[in-house]
Amino acid sequence: MSAHSVTSSSGAPLHAIMAEFPNPAVVSHAAEKIRDLGYSKWDVYSPFPIHGIDEAMGLKPSRVSFFAGAGAISGITIALLMQWWMSAVDYPMVIGGKPYFAWEQYFPVTFELAVLMTSISAIVGMLTLNGLPLLHHPMAKKERFLRVGDDRFIIAIEAADPKFNADDIRKLLADLGGEHIDEVEE
Amino acid sequence: MSSIHPDQAEALGLVGKRGQGVERDPETIDGTITDDPTRRVPLVLGNRDFHSVTETICGWVENKTPNWWFPAFAVSNVLAIVGTVMILFLIVTGVGVWGLNNPVSWGWAIVNFVWWVGIGHAGTLISAILCLLKQNWRTSINRFAEAMTIFAVICAGTFPGIHVGRVWFAWFLFPIPNYNWIWPNFRSPLLWDVFAVGTYFTVSLLFWYMGMIPDLATLRDRAIARFNQKVTFGPMWAPHPLPAFVKKLTTVSIPANKIASYFYGVLALGWRFSSRHWWNYEKAYILLAGVAAPLVLSVHSVVSFDFAVSIIPGWHTTIFPPYFVAGAIFSGFAMVLTLLIPARALYPGMKDFVTARTIENMCKIITLTGSMVGFAYIMEFFIAWYGANPYEAEAFMIRAFGPYWWAYWIMMFCNVVSPQVFWFKWCRTNLVFIFIISIIVNIGMWFERLVIVTTLSADFVTSSWGYYSPTWVDILTFVGSIGIFMTLFLLFCRFLPMLAISEVKNVMPQADPHHPMYHKDGHHNGDQHKASDRSEGGH
Repeated sequence: MSAHSVTSSSGAPLHAIMAEFPNPAVVSHAAEKIRDLGYSKWDVYSPFPIHGIDEAMGLKPSRVSFFAGAGAISGITIALLMQWWMSAVDYPMVIGGKPYFAWEQYFPVTFELAVLMTSISAIVGMLTLNGLPLLHHPMAKKERFLRVGDDRFIIAIEAADPKFNADDIRKLLADLGGEHIDEVEE
Repeated sequence: MSSIHPDQAEALGLVGKRGQGVERDPETIDGTITDDPTRRVPLVLGNRDFHSVTETICGWVENKTPNWWFPAFAVSNVLAIVGTVMILFLIVTGVGVWGLNNPVSWGWAIVNFVWWVGIGHAGTLISAILCLLKQNWRTSINRFAEAMTIFAVICAGTFPGIHVGRVWFAWFLFPIPNYNWIWPNFRSPLLWDVFAVGTYFTVSLLFWYMGMIPDLATLRDRAIARFNQKVTFGPMWAPHPLPAFVKKLTTVSIPANKIASYFYGVLALGWRFSSRHWWNYEKAYILLAGVAAPLVLSVHSVVSFDFAVSIIPGWHTTIFPPYFVAGAIFSGFAMVLTLLIPARALYPGMKDFVTARTIENMCKIITLTGSMVGFAYIMEFFIAWYGANPYEAEAFMIRAFGPYWWAYWIMMFCNVVSPQVFWFKWCRTNLVFIFIISIIVNIGMWFERLVIVTTLSADFVTSSWGYYSPTWVDILTFVGSIGIFMTLFLLFCRFLPMLAISEVKNVMPQADPHHPMYHKDGHHNGDQHKASDRSEGGH
């Protein structure tokens, strides 16, 4: 079933079907079931990161580390190249009778730049992987969704999922303890 | 007979299901200070659920501005303006308006710089090092302390910037190509300082901001919800409830909520509390904590190199980096307490999060770092004698018994003697007393830097000795920097979430999906029971 053919009861294109769960325990358990049923395009929304939800949802290890690692390596490289070129090539000067490129004296700046680049790339990586910043999202139209930052736990299965079938999903979410099952329009 | 585990009983009390939560004592001891090590004391008091946490913390931002805020903000603003005028006066006149003289070419500017940077160490220490050490009590104070860090580093950064004399050449600090075709000297600790403080400021700001994204999203969603909810206005003499036709005419959405939704909406970057996002977010957070932890230790080490790498007796010592770092944490925690204790009194809801135990823990860290600083002072003196260098020995004798003896003994009293009171439980639990000690520590740490800097006054040759005393411009610039700090801090208290909402929720017992309270209430069927028992066994 192609995602474009899915429409809501009012005829508008459907983004997802969402359901509210009472607490982190029920939502984690529901996530385990949905994972085991083989859904791929779905998400759990919670006011804080639920402990163990990665396992319950079957998430792969986060790739933020690669961004951070790349940042660290480029920070060290940029710092050493910059200091070597500025102090040993372009403007060589004898200071304290030391060699032009005595690495010990270049350590503090190298360390600081490595930390700086690691932090910036970790945050940029986190935002990139999450597809943020984002101006609008279909979920944000739902009045009930506005409470997710407060105390609500919501699961939404998206229409783009290859296994999407609106009736099955409504029944599944209800069986798992979901309440206020609702359609989210695109 | 009750078969319930005390942990579980406390958790149930917190959710409000059972009246066994810790009852708050009207006195400062709220039940969280206990001598029983087997008892796990809750981090959030007052039988709170997630919603009441959100309501309390967001309420500080959303409710009417408290009455005390305006006079406090006015006073801070006046001081900030005085500081700004002093800086302008310095720029148009020259550094001669300060009390600098020939041997003492660094005066209050460097004292203030080191003092502020030191204060700025507590925030990232609390958020990074205590995060890595899994000290969950930090969640109630980390946002507060990080904000303090950023504002303190802003104040710190001002001083070297204006101390360069010709401020319009301050960009020479950075490796930017200039018309003389020369580059900065990368072998100078003063340049390391530029990179260390610059990195520290940027990373602290990023850490603070990233931690705040989910909370800003909560504020955004609440502003949108309020905007959608129409408010009915009517003339005060109209009957209540209003007749339908009047209601229709006067039902409006308050535009302030629209503005708030855009303000927090832009800052929240479209965060929507997705677990897939949280997963990357937590990874980024722990990585940031991992790199920020050595950064905290490096920054004040580099600041101490400004002194230690020179060849001045009394400065040229290897003990400086660790002793500066300990002193920075010492003063930073003192400043957090100086701000936290009044804030806790002014925002009563905060008492449920910042418990007496949290404050007690901070007092213990003050005693620990204060003792390290005291050890360093004594060790410095010992090495000055044991090292058999007459200049070094003389520098220390002059510190303790020379023209600045009073500064030295103020420092010894405030930093070495005063924090030792926290060995006594009464002292660690009496808020007024803790507040006084925290101010004394702040004063002491300022004097420590004064003692170090005025070592310059006794030069190698007696003929070049010179006594340094500040001018009124020095004093007012320092007072002004406190005004700038307080102005920024009051704006933070008014417009941003003061406590990390999502992190506080995360350390509440009901946040744990495997907590026994979710499996013994009869909420779930047997199948769920089995699944969770299995997963619990795995943990």
